Amino acid sequence: MNFLKKILILGLMLAFAPLSQAELTIDITESSDSGTPVAVVPFATSGAPVDVSSVINADLARSGYFKMLAEQYMRSRPSSASAVQFPEWQALNQNYLVVGQVGGGTGGQYSVQFQLLDVLKSSQLLGYQMNSSAADLRRTAHQIADMIFEKLTGKKGAFSGRIAYVTNNKQQSQLQVADADGFNPQTIASSQEPLMSPSWSPDKSKMAYVSFERKTAAIYVQILATGQRKRVAEFPGINGAPAWSPDGNKLALTLSKDGSPDIYTLNLGSGSLTKLTKSYSIDTEPVWSPDGNNIVFTSDRGGKPQLYMVSSNGGGEKRITFSGDYNARASFSPDGKSIAMVHGNGGDYRIGVMDVGSKSINVLTTGPADESPSFAPNGTMVLYATKKGGTAYLSAVSLDGKMQQKLAFSNGGVREPAWAP
Amino acid sequence: MKLNKILWILLAAVFALSGCSEDEATDGLNAGQNAASGINDASTSGLNGASTLSGMAGAGYTGVTGNNSFLGPEFTDPNNPLSRSTIYFMLDSSEVQPDFIQVINAHAKYLVAHPNQKLTLEGHADERGSPEYNIALGDQRAKAVAGMMKAQGVTDGQLTLISYGEEKPAVFGSDEGSYERNRRAELSYQR
Repeated sequence: MNFLKKILILGLMLAFAPLSQAELTIDITESSDSGTPVAVVPFATSGAPVDVSSVINADLARSGYFKMLAEQYMRSRPSSASAVQFPEWQALNQNYLVVGQVGGGTGGQYSVQFQLLDVLKSSQLLGYQMNSSAADLRRTAHQIADMIFEKLTGKKGAFSGRIAYVTNNKQQSQLQVADADGFNPQTIASSQEPLMSPSWSPDKSKMAYVSFERKTAAIYVQILATGQRKRVAEFPGINGAPAWSPDGNKLALTLSKDGSPDIYTLNLGSGSLTKLTKSYSIDTEPVWSPDGNNIVFTSDRGGKPQLYMVSSNGGGEKRITFSGDYNARASFSPDGKSIAMVHGNGGDYRIGVMDVGSKSINVLTTGPADESPSFAPNGTMVLYATKKGGTAYLSAVSLDGKMQQKLAFSNGGVREPAWAP
Repeated sequence: MKLNKILWILLAAVFALSGCSEDEATDGLNAGQNAASGINDASTSGLNGASTLSGMAGAGYTGVTGNNSFLGPEFTDPNNPLSRSTIYFMLDSSEVQPDFIQVINAHAKYLVAHPNQKLTLEGHADERGSPEYNIALGDQRAKAVAGMMKAQGVTDGQLTLISYGEEKPAVFGSDEGSYERNRRAELSYQR
């Protein structure tokens, strides 16, 4: 039976393999039935290289806010508001409707028109025409999804954002940057030695990361557009966990040159180093509060790893997590009100989100090997790394835990995600 | 997207029929992916077989690696503590366990007798928990071994310390046996 199962799976994989276009593929693994009903009608087009409306539909579906109407239930396919029969969509219990068309195509130039309609009020909420090119059509589709998301939820969309992550196979480690849906992956660094801990500069133009390429740990800052980079820290011992200050002028980092791992800040302009913590225990994984006033870090000074906070000028150290025997790797929500973390109990590691005010932790994932949480720039989802069946992959979860999606890399493991701010 | 969903539904149906656990199903999927992309990776397929791991544990766990054999026969004599070059640690701990004190002492004695000989101490962690925290844990483990050696007269100049955290596992696997063998400090003499 086992053998037959494997043959059958192999057959399925082979049959579907040629359809995979991105190196990272997204699958929704858990979805909510409670979202607002929205129908995205397939856009009218004559041979555009990107199926714009299905990119929009997939983005909105992944957000966890909407319940998308499957194409098979649509009785008509209007491509503009004037062709919409509103009672038809009311009968399908839809609240909102997206229609549009992709025109042009000569010289690779396209024009995308779309309208967002309120089905109950039979009125238009948004209507735009956007110029695009063959190479930019996916980006245009993500931007449209962002506009629709913001109009319907009042929150900024995060679909046109980017993510960084590290892929590993036996031969090498690669630091890649891709669209938030895994498309357009670009390798920005690769090494036969480990690469770790990518951190975006606040203006998204640079990446700080750790590389062991010289058989020693070092932190690099790389300009994404040019690939130029500078080694900014290579002290004896650990050079790890770089994190940009919100003003982009400093990196917080972990060094162990004086003995135990401690938190430092490095002024990128002057090169001056300031030591913030001096415990004899492990202090690592610094992250700045969005206002730049504080740094939250992981320390085992109390015996087990817990989150602590220190002023970004040093001083005022205090513990901020108290439930669970392992709380590590903080990631602030953009509004500074929540902190995502690795929340472990008895060897089971999940992603928890703590309300900074009340200190209560809401556990979003089921474990047992979840790590490296990173908030979406609009604060609605957390991207993290996990592992199952020997394969490391990324997963994103909505803050209510109801929506889960998996981003798998076709050729090895993928870890250490960082959602661009 | 849609086809992916169909695929998942089909796979789910296959597993439901064969009555497998989810973990087995995922293993099967990995094997399929590797085969489909033409990768013939012997260690990856070994990874999925639990029997391979338990078979290795008996011999491997004492820390005999033999990569220091260029130094002389005492480094390959299984009755000599110098033949052991891996120090294992408990979960989330950098405390040297009593079993390994004799091994560290033997290496310290050798280094004191050979002051020009240099040793690299690599600290490692198992894959659980946070990668950078595991770098710190590996650093503490290498330092714990270095501290014992220096107390016996080994000089700073003889030792190079580096932590790889969970980035360079000795064995690939997500089970207790693999975790135990990945929480380690490796002693390798420089040629």
